[in-house]
Amino acid sequence: MMSWLPENISLEGEEIDFLFYISYYLTVVVFVMVAAAMIYFLIKYRAKPGVKAKYMHGNNTLEILWTVIPTLILLVFVLMTQTSWAKLKLAIPQNPHVRVEVTGKQFNWIVRYPGDDKKFGTKDDLVLDNQLNVPVNKQLLISLKGTDVIHSFFIPHTRMKQDVVPGRTIPLWFTPTKVGKYEIPCAELCGFGHSGMNGEFIVHSEADYAKWRKKAWAEKDK
Amino acid sequence: MSETTADAHGAHDHHEGGFWSTYVFSLDHKMIARQFLWLGLIMMVVGGILALIFRWQLAWPETQVWGFEWISDESEGMPEGYVTPNFYNMAVTMHATIMVFLVVMPILVGCFGNFLIPLMIGARDMAFPVLNMLSFWVAVLGAVIMSAGFLVEGGHAAAGWTGYAPLSTIPEYTGVFMGQTLWALSLFVLSFSSLMGSINYITTLINMRTEGMTWFRVPLVVWSLFVTAILGLLALPILGSAAAMMIFDRVFETNFFNPAKGGEPLLWQHLFWYFGHPEVYILILPGMGIASELLPVYCRKPIFGYRAMVYAMLAIAFLSWIVWGHHMFQSGMNPALGSAFMMTTLVIAIPSAIKTFNWLGTLWGGSIRFTVPMLHALAFVILFVIGGLSGIFMASNVVDIYIHDTYFIVAHFHYVIFGGSVFALFGGIQHWFPKMFGRSMDEALGKVHFWLTFIFFNMVFFPMHILGVGGHMRRIYNPMQYEFLQGMQPINVIITLSALALGLSQIPFVFNFFATVFRWNAKWFRVLTQAVSALIVGFIGYKSAAVMFEGLMEPVPSTGGRIVGTIVFVALAVWIYRYLEKNMAPLGADAPQNPWDANTLEWVAPTPAPHGNFGPTLPVVQRGPYEYSVPGEEADWAPQTEPIDPALAEAGH
Repeated sequence: MMSWLPENISLEGEEIDFLFYISYYLTVVVFVMVAAAMIYFLIKYRAKPGVKAKYMHGNNTLEILWTVIPTLILLVFVLMTQTSWAKLKLAIPQNPHVRVEVTGKQFNWIVRYPGDDKKFGTKDDLVLDNQLNVPVNKQLLISLKGTDVIHSFFIPHTRMKQDVVPGRTIPLWFTPTKVGKYEIPCAELCGFGHSGMNGEFIVHSEADYAKWRKKAWAEKDK
Repeated sequence: MSETTADAHGAHDHHEGGFWSTYVFSLDHKMIARQFLWLGLIMMVVGGILALIFRWQLAWPETQVWGFEWISDESEGMPEGYVTPNFYNMAVTMHATIMVFLVVMPILVGCFGNFLIPLMIGARDMAFPVLNMLSFWVAVLGAVIMSAGFLVEGGHAAAGWTGYAPLSTIPEYTGVFMGQTLWALSLFVLSFSSLMGSINYITTLINMRTEGMTWFRVPLVVWSLFVTAILGLLALPILGSAAAMMIFDRVFETNFFNPAKGGEPLLWQHLFWYFGHPEVYILILPGMGIASELLPVYCRKPIFGYRAMVYAMLAIAFLSWIVWGHHMFQSGMNPALGSAFMMTTLVIAIPSAIKTFNWLGTLWGGSIRFTVPMLHALAFVILFVIGGLSGIFMASNVVDIYIHDTYFIVAHFHYVIFGGSVFALFGGIQHWFPKMFGRSMDEALGKVHFWLTFIFFNMVFFPMHILGVGGHMRRIYNPMQYEFLQGMQPINVIITLSALALGLSQIPFVFNFFATVFRWNAKWFRVLTQAVSALIVGFIGYKSAAVMFEGLMEPVPSTGGRIVGTIVFVALAVWIYRYLEKNMAPLGADAPQNPWDANTLEWVAPTPAPHGNFGPTLPVVQRGPYEYSVPGEEADWAPQTEPIDPALAEAGH
């Protein structure tokens, strides 16, 4: 099952994958135990002539055991998850290396890059449809905005997903770790064009990123 | 209390109803239960066909759906049988809406609630028979409004069954006008139906238990329906209000959910899921109750941990109100809330785990009879375990970042609602059919139906976990539009082929159901039943063999594939035909009063149970519902009306 995960290309994705594996092993072990017990009981206690069922109403020690043990396991799981959650969702980076603004609009991702002034909404902004260019190994902070309906910004290879809500600006941050071209599907039903609402996520090497910026702004000024 | 109701209803015992008052506007809880059953089964066909249409599109995108090529090319939805994106969204939306509100709720809550509560607690009818009748007819009104949506211009609702605003509230965003409004209106109406049912169930159970039916002698299925009714009473008004707000936004141009005019889109999600999570338990609790009811009967053994089961259900009912935010981890609500909701969500996993362990404990030391209802109850347990465990992934708000809105969640809730609720529903139908219709459904046909459904259910929904882990988003029209999904397309094909097989697998059930209800036992009909079942299994075998021989993506098998397929076809068809020929009992023969040797009160009532249920005097309860294989008693069962040696009943605890 794990081999079905697409390749992970972000630092944050490692945390998510780690917890995914924990859940996976935990649930597989529980399932195998329950299924084995069930199959064993079904074979062993199938109706046989002359054999009566045991007359018993339960066992309080067992009830306590199978309440307390799952509770403890789940408690550990909650605590493990919450440290990651705080890191991924609550600690908004103050000095991200790259900032962009992405607006979901039926059925496109509109990506706004600040110019050299590093400010949004000024003249030197660059706006591209469905193309997010970033440098590798640098922290990226995206401000997600919506204009019409709810969309969901999803980059499967980075494991990142965040709904885009009209009327709000929602931060999303991560650090891509591998150069390449990936996809940015929309993950929340947003109308008849939902399927195919797909952007490009291009992770450049640092040198290529500088080159891309130069070229992109040059083209824009033409 | 029970005396006065007995007198009040006793007066009705001899009244002879005409056609209208017996079959249409009946006040009898048993007839109303059967009406809900028919409503649910008919809508199940509609919901199932919608699923097969969009499954076709997912496996073979933008090809003509087999059987629909005749549609005119001027059709908005399926010109010449091609599925358009809007029609796809509509099919997905309506499949879910129909299955939740017009199949599982009417059958599990409407049918079983109505049928079982009075019979199992020794009451003559529901507390408010007229309200009960209204509850059904309001549900029909809701179903009619919902169905009308298919006919209006612009098509039916296409914003998902969760109807997220503002996609659902501003018509321009979907191009759906009347359809979405009718959808909301129908939910508004259906919420009243459920509300009336809930009030009735709660009142009946509190006030009309017969003498000796103490709270801890109430059968678990009735407990589950009671808890469900409490949830329904509190949750459905929220749905009704949210639906009304949606109608106001759409029709009267209010702006509850419109951010451009100061509204709040997330308000809809909060309202919907504040209703929606208790609703999830409304769908599964009766299933848990049915499983808890069937396991002791077919294990011939008291249920393990009766009180733990009751407390677990009460805990679920309470906790279900504080977990709704786990549907919204990625919605943009304050992420600090995510931590709290993850905590509560994992807490609610514990009572479910307790129930599972108690079911296993019931199997332990039993004398297990593998009847058709039992097979369904066992399937319920193991499929619910899978559905529960896959829930752990989503409950972790961190893992949910990745798998939210993917096929993983689709797999999860189908394991719970189909694997759980629908298997319980089939098991319950077969188990209570003798009391409901006075005849027993056929066991051999039931086994063919069960095994086909069990196998293909898993073949359809298990691979969806894999799709989800691969990142496959739900509700996309064409997976081939995404490079990262193209490698997984064969899985989509397997799922769709299995879904078609799952659809065909329901045909033996349809034969079994109608033949039993209408006593069709003519020789030619029996041969037809056997032949159709055999052909279905043979055909599925042919296709499976061809796929294994050729690979998935070949539309037409080669000679080799055809030869292998034909051999498999003949072998399977002959096997099933002969199995049924040998094992099918006379279809629609009268059922004995208590065919399963069960203890609970519904089996004390005559079959078919008359109006008023129990004859001149009400039964007096002397023992718990699951006193099977009591030491010192000759038979391994005894009705709840038999006295029990008190020392013995205590000794087992």
